[in-house]
Amino acid sequence: MSTTTKNEVASHELKATPMDPSVQAARDEKIQVAMIGLCGCWGCTLSFLDMDENLLVLLEKVNITRSSLTDIKRIPHRCAIGFVEGGVANEENIETLEHFRENCDVLISVGACAVWGGVPAMRNDVSLEDCLKEAYIASPTAVPQAKLTIPYHEDIPRITTKVYPCHEVVKMDYFIPGCPPDGATIFKVLDDLVNGREFDLPASMNRYD
Amino acid sequence: MSVRITIDGKVVEAQEGEALIDVAADNGVYIPSLCYVRGKPCLGTCRVCSVRVNDSVMASCTVPVTDGMEVKVNEPEVTDMRKALVELLFVEGNHNCPSCEKSGRCELQAVGYEVDMMVSRFPYRFPVRKRDHVSKHIFLERDRCIFCQRCVEFIRDKESGQKIFSIDDRGTKASIEIDVELADKMPPEQVREASDLCPVGCIIEKGRGYDEPIGQRKFEIQSVRERALMGDEK
Repeated sequence: MSTTTKNEVASHELKATPMDPSVQAARDEKIQVAMIGLCGCWGCTLSFLDMDENLLVLLEKVNITRSSLTDIKRIPHRCAIGFVEGGVANEENIETLEHFRENCDVLISVGACAVWGGVPAMRNDVSLEDCLKEAYIASPTAVPQAKLTIPYHEDIPRITTKVYPCHEVVKMDYFIPGCPPDGATIFKVLDDLVNGREFDLPASMNRYD
Repeated sequence: MSVRITIDGKVVEAQEGEALIDVAADNGVYIPSLCYVRGKPCLGTCRVCSVRVNDSVMASCTVPVTDGMEVKVNEPEVTDMRKALVELLFVEGNHNCPSCEKSGRCELQAVGYEVDMMVSRFPYRFPVRKRDHVSKHIFLERDRCIFCQRCVEFIRDKESGQKIFSIDDRGTKASIEIDVELADKMPPEQVREASDLCPVGCIIEKGRGYDEPIGQRKFEIQSVRERALMGDEK
């Protein structure tokens, strides 16, 4: 999110203690990898964590910036490989995804939501008005006597009329289906790309659920 | 009469008139299909079993073999055509595997894996189709129907032989329908047969739900390719 017009500072704009130059230089030489989450449930991001000790072998070659493993809010420099979880459901998702596309060489959709919209896309067969009414006005879990309103504020990203797969917003290079895909599947893709092999997901590893 | 045909350059022997898709399977060549059930009359509706026969692309379940036939199954162009046909089915309905009870024993899903589909090249349409839950034993999830017509042809009332399922209207308005009166008379094993015969999650048996754990579901135990090559019905 950009905060240039507001009297606010985003976390990625805060001053940080500079990294030791030798450590930074060693990291900069590696293949930069990042993962962002858009409209999903973070399950695919957890699968990224499920690469477990396999990741240790790869750390010789890769540096992981923004991801579930770190606390980086915006990728600090250009990345070679970017993973995307979740589909596009609001304006902030569009901005984040476009920024990621501009700054990554290879982008990969991870999971059903990024690939085709997934569970959030189940709202695509009702109008946005009905969807928000169901959530905030006619909600069975609404607090009694509360003033029922659809929240609106400039800091709340405006939601899009429909939920879109990532590749309908920017160009995506590869796709890993699954809800979520296993850590082993994400590792196979990352390992292949890092070692200069072609993207190859065999039928035995492909899953849509 | 015994005939010789070539499949991907390999000469194989077959009986004249046998369905090409069966001859291929018996000789270790898997051709994906969603409407064909081995041993039952060919429907020829899904076209997913398309291959090149001599110089024409044909649905292999509709082709009786004749002597000297030259068949190409795994050439790149026709392989991509089959993949495109599967991708079309995925965007034409709402095939939300994560929320579908049929997942793991769904033929469309299993065939999707076999044709290496990661995503559809076509835009997802998210059609709105009314569900039919009126019948006592069956949910009809219309947005998953691929109009294979297996249920229409092969599931009939035990007494009268009348069709229980039918397709109403045509083109984009086509819709799978159920005769509720006849459906309510279906014995439990026929309800199970109908739901198992449906290659997608359209005919769902009420009261059955997620009874096989992930990893032990039909096509996880044995892939659709292995089943077809073993001569399994599907």
